Amino acid sequence: DIDDVGHKYYLELELEDVLDKDRTVNCTAEVLYHLGSKNSAPDVQVTVQGELRSTEEADKEFYNWIRSLEKELVAENIPDSHGNVPPELEPIHLLAWVASGYVIWQNSTENTKFHLAQVKHVKQVKRSDEDLQFDFVVLLHEMVSQEVLPWQVTLLWHPQRGARVSQS
Amino acid sequence: ANMKLILIFSALIGASLCLETFVGHQVLRIKTKNEQEVKQLQLLESLEHLELDFWINPSAPALPVDVRIPAVSVQSVKAFLESQGIAYSILIEDLQVVLDKEKQDMAESALRHRSSTFDFGAYHTLDDINAELDNLASEYSFVEKIQIGQSYEKRPLYVLKFSTGGSNRPAIWLDAGIHSREWVTQASALWIANKIASDYGTDESITSLLDKMDLFLLPVANPDGYVYTHTMNRMWRKTRSKIPGSICVGVDPNRNWDAGFGGPGASDSPCSDSYHGPHANSEVEVKSVVDFIKNHGNFKAFLTLHSYSQLLMYPYGYKCTRPDDYAELESLGRAAASSIRSLYGTTFQVGTICKTIYQASGGSIDWSYDNGIKYSFAFELRDTGRYGFLLPANQIVPAARETWLGLKKIMEHVRD
Repeated sequence: DIDDVGHKYYLELELEDVLDKDRTVNCTAEVLYHLGSKNSAPDVQVTVQGELRSTEEADKEFYNWIRSLEKELVAENIPDSHGNVPPELEPIHLLAWVASGYVIWQNSTENTKFHLAQVKHVKQVKRSDEDLQFDFVVLLHEMVSQEVLPWQVTLLWHPQRGARVSQS
Repeated sequence: ANMKLILIFSALIGASLCLETFVGHQVLRIKTKNEQEVKQLQLLESLEHLELDFWINPSAPALPVDVRIPAVSVQSVKAFLESQGIAYSILIEDLQVVLDKEKQDMAESALRHRSSTFDFGAYHTLDDINAELDNLASEYSFVEKIQIGQSYEKRPLYVLKFSTGGSNRPAIWLDAGIHSREWVTQASALWIANKIASDYGTDESITSLLDKMDLFLLPVANPDGYVYTHTMNRMWRKTRSKIPGSICVGVDPNRNWDAGFGGPGASDSPCSDSYHGPHANSEVEVKSVVDFIKNHGNFKAFLTLHSYSQLLMYPYGYKCTRPDDYAELESLGRAAASSIRSLYGTTFQVGTICKTIYQASGGSIDWSYDNGIKYSFAFELRDTGRYGFLLPANQIVPAARETWLGLKKIMEHVRD
């Protein structure tokens, strides 16, 4: 407890690579929830102790594939009702996760627990620069209230520059 | 006389065929390059003492030659082919192994054919589920489908009664799908129903359980919601009842029980996914179960399936104090979680609802516990958030299998 400021949490975390279950990496984090935190996102500082595996090959392949499409990519319901994700859309699913992470961070309090429930809709938007742009509508499930709510979020991604959220 | 000889001869051959095994027999595929190689193979064919069995006879260079070779001749035939520079590959290393596997497959298939084509590893519509319930009831004499009421939209609430006799024996209650979007629960309930029915008589534990107690299984506790998740909104959780004075529809059936009703952890807003409803038991889906259990009067356990989060919980949810039977329930819960973990390593956290998930009033196991049913547990099945409600169908059977081990542990304790 920090008087007049809020609550600070010190965390030791173990990250597991969802795509490579044997790979784990430790990290530490500090999270500060501001008093009366309705309007501001918690402050987060993370230190990763170790290396994340390189995804250069797969990133390049995906980037080139999207850039080569004549029509902008559009998809919905990822996964579908039965939990299926077409293999070529798995990278989109993963990017949606990143985008959701941002939204979850912006909307978290000490009394919320969010998960990405489904990517309702995704639309690629062609850009004049080298970034890929995806406009998502994601469904986030909040555990405590049990609500599943849609959120719009736009993600920019580039193999070297990484992911950034532009508007949400 | 000739006829008699032929008969005796055939009988001898018949007998020898029956006793014959194919251990060590290999099947080779020979690729001939030219006419000369074909002639070599035809020569081989004529050597009867080798007892070669050509599945595809040598005829033309372009066609492969498949031949079964008895164990004793394998080495010499290969040596011959190699010395002649004739190419071959091994199609079957040991024919007996293949035959044994085929026999096993056929036996298993014959077993499965009884229930013909219901795929327990897939998600099904309500109609298909109800058809399978009829199937199970007709297949097994100790399984009966009963209707305990109907939903808001007038769909029947079907319960499978497993009973090998007696009159109003001590009973176990198991329900799934009270929250309609939690599809792995209805699917698992079907698998479990089939498991119990088919293992009675062969599995010691199930047999002794059903010989002493009855089991009542409600696989789709919220059929209106379930249909809605198929037709309109995959993420629907509540019932589909109209709420007077609101444009919003539906009540959270697991906030509608008469246990701390209307308290913390439930919403009084009709548009909320955790809306508790106008009053306790306002939902016919809940009232039907309450009435059934009260009228029966001899339930010893109340078990309910939800997803997701991988949790195994006991009362209370409406208050954050421990139940009187805390020690026993905690210990039983841990034992059940251990059983679950033993299969695929899936970990379930154990504890009271309040401590483990959140404070939530009007829940079913709180009601059952406060009404004298000591062994009240709520399971949250796979996963922990990666797919959440949209669990891939290929995880249904593994989830059902591991959950069943946990349920069995609890049921065995109740039985003893």
